[in-house]
Amino acid sequence: MQKIIKGREIVTDNWHLLPKETTFEEIPNTDNVIIPVALWLEHGHALTTRDGRLGVWLDSDEEPESIADSLEHFQVIAINFPAFTDGRGFSYARLLRERFGYKGEIRAIGDVLQDQLYFMQRCGFDAYVIRADRDPEAALAGLNDFTVTYQTGADQPQPLFRRRLA
Amino acid sequence: MYVYDEYDQKIVEERVKQFRDQTRRYLAGELSGEEYRPLRLQNGLYIQRYAPMLRIAVPYGLLNTKQVRKLAQIARDYDKGYAHVSTRQNFQFNWPELEEIPDILAELATVQMHAIQTSGNCIRNTTTDQFAGVAADELVDPRPWCEIIRQWSTFHPEFAHLPRKFKIAVNGAKMDRAAIEVHDIGLEAVKNEAGELGFRVLVGGGQGRTPYVGAFIKDFLPWQHLLTYLEAILRVYNRYGRRDNKFKARIKILVKALGENVFAEKVEAEWAYLKDGPSMLIEAEVERVSKFFVDPAYEALEDQSEALAKLEAEHPGFARWRTRNTFPHKKPGYIAVTLSLKPIGTAPGDITDKQLDAVADLADRYSFGELRTSHTQNIILADVRQDQLFTLWNELRENGFATPNVGLLTDMICCPGGDFCSLANAKSIPVAESIQRRFDDLDYLFDIGDIDLNISGCMNACGHHHVGHIGILGVDKKGEEFYQVSLGGYAGRDASLAKILGPSFAQEEMPDVIEKIINVYVGQRTEDERFIDTYRRIGIEPFKERVYAKNH
Ligand code: SF4
Repeated sequence: MQKIIKGREIVTDNWHLLPKETTFEEIPNTDNVIIPVALWLEHGHALTTRDGRLGVWLDSDEEPESIADSLEHFQVIAINFPAFTDGRGFSYARLLRERFGYKGEIRAIGDVLQDQLYFMQRCGFDAYVIRADRDPEAALAGLNDFTVTYQTGADQPQPLFRRRLA
Repeated sequence: MYVYDEYDQKIVEERVKQFRDQTRRYLAGELSGEEYRPLRLQNGLYIQRYAPMLRIAVPYGLLNTKQVRKLAQIARDYDKGYAHVSTRQNFQFNWPELEEIPDILAELATVQMHAIQTSGNCIRNTTTDQFAGVAADELVDPRPWCEIIRQWSTFHPEFAHLPRKFKIAVNGAKMDRAAIEVHDIGLEAVKNEAGELGFRVLVGGGQGRTPYVGAFIKDFLPWQHLLTYLEAILRVYNRYGRRDNKFKARIKILVKALGENVFAEKVEAEWAYLKDGPSMLIEAEVERVSKFFVDPAYEALEDQSEALAKLEAEHPGFARWRTRNTFPHKKPGYIAVTLSLKPIGTAPGDITDKQLDAVADLADRYSFGELRTSHTQNIILADVRQDQLFTLWNELRENGFATPNVGLLTDMICCPGGDFCSLANAKSIPVAESIQRRFDDLDYLFDIGDIDLNISGCMNACGHHHVGHIGILGVDKKGEEFYQVSLGGYAGRDASLAKILGPSFAQEEMPDVIEKIINVYVGQRTEDERFIDTYRRIGIEPFKERVYAKNH
């Protein structure tokens, strides 16, 4: 099993990410799976009676609004970064956390490297699957790049200008 | 000017540490060149033709003399003894060693400077009027708002990887000297009928390959909501801006594609959620920041019109200089002075380490220890006593800053072009120089009067050629450098984009071409008519005819 960053630790992952072309019939009953969002949108509640746990993943052009009403069914929502420089997922995570109130795990998948982690955690991510050719242990340092932040974020409900007054 | 507290300082210091480690990993092969690229760009580091180029942020163009002396020292110790003022009011170094960049950043951090977000696909340095706070036509001082935006945009986690670069400009005066209409977001500080402060908000302006004048989507945004509204715009852009084609990735393309009304609706919908949240600005913060921008200790003085007129009668050179290089000040007895970085024979905007030290010295003695950079690549001493103007002029002459050409044809905006920039199609500096040499007669230059000539070495339009009254663009024609000329651009209020004159020219033809254009203007103008007004009246045809006439 692969190692991922969860919170601020390295853990062994017990989820299976199913690729986009997966069909409904191929979804195992007992495994913990993260399914492509299209499958959820098509089969929805038929998937909630499985024995295994359920997560869903969004590609960078798949909008989080589509699952905003079904968040209670997912233990994990993964957001794909097809490229390091594709920043759409940052907005998606913020919306899931701040607007839709999602409390489960939000994990970053795809081209995920040390130097995005700090921003990701601020946007509401709490799990990171570091690209396979890189060491997640080394990447951990990226979570601590800064100790001061100007803006609000998942890690900081008040902007600095309000905290400065205190 | 704004002074860092422990938080601001901590952020720049942590940035130095972070970038040092990123650079170390790159040099150790732990980061590929491609992976290092977005990281270094967001820190203003380009890999150029001959060497790296490092762009240092000068937030809204404001500097104190300690910072200027630091820049001078960096130019000496890490570069070839000079620096360059960019068209976004920043400073650039053209010859640093990659390995030494972290050390340069550490030096900058000691004087509250950095290179954060001076390049890359993120929110860039917010720019404003170079006469902010002193201009007689100012309604609202834009500087506190620029600083508030600077802090909000610095390492904003959601907008760290936008589809493309993002530029915000703020204007608070009657005239628009910040060119807000050709920015991704333009903000104009205004007061409503009740006297409350707010912003008129424009989106989707921009230069580059597909230039647009932006559209105003909000007439009055109460100041409390500035940041939440910006956040809403940026979120819509971050989600829906194109990422498949870098030439179509700017917000202007999204605004055009959706239509400005639909775009505005999307922003409103997003804003409705954010509006009254914790990022809503509070009086106490605006006050805290504004305190850094109160007037310096001006003395109660009187205007020196008579004394200056007398000096002018004795010194025609001084008279000339004063008409071009000074700007009215809101306080009686004071005046703002522009130091021209456009003498003939130097690259526009270049300044040596010695000159930087000299500027710092002059600012300390004549202008409360502060100075500004302008997007037209000059330097401003904003608070000079009129009764010291003449002695200042003499000192400026000794240091090569007194070329009396501000706003004239030879005060060109010019990007570094093919001499430095790896994206260039053509050189721009030699073209600027050849035109400066052709128009070296001051009387004639004065007679031609106000004119913006802007030169870019490629489509990216760093030299703002689309909004030059005369714009010059370097193009590549079968591997050779050619220049396309356009006319009628205007960056101020009611901005307009220049129209292409016709087929492009070889470099050696350029002084002739510009001369013909000027001749048409001189022949056709009515009394006191500026070039741009003549152009707007007679259109492009007469210029075209003259420039492309067979036997000319
Ligand atoms: S306009 Fe082109 S050539 Fe000039 S600095 Fe910008 S990218 Fe380089």
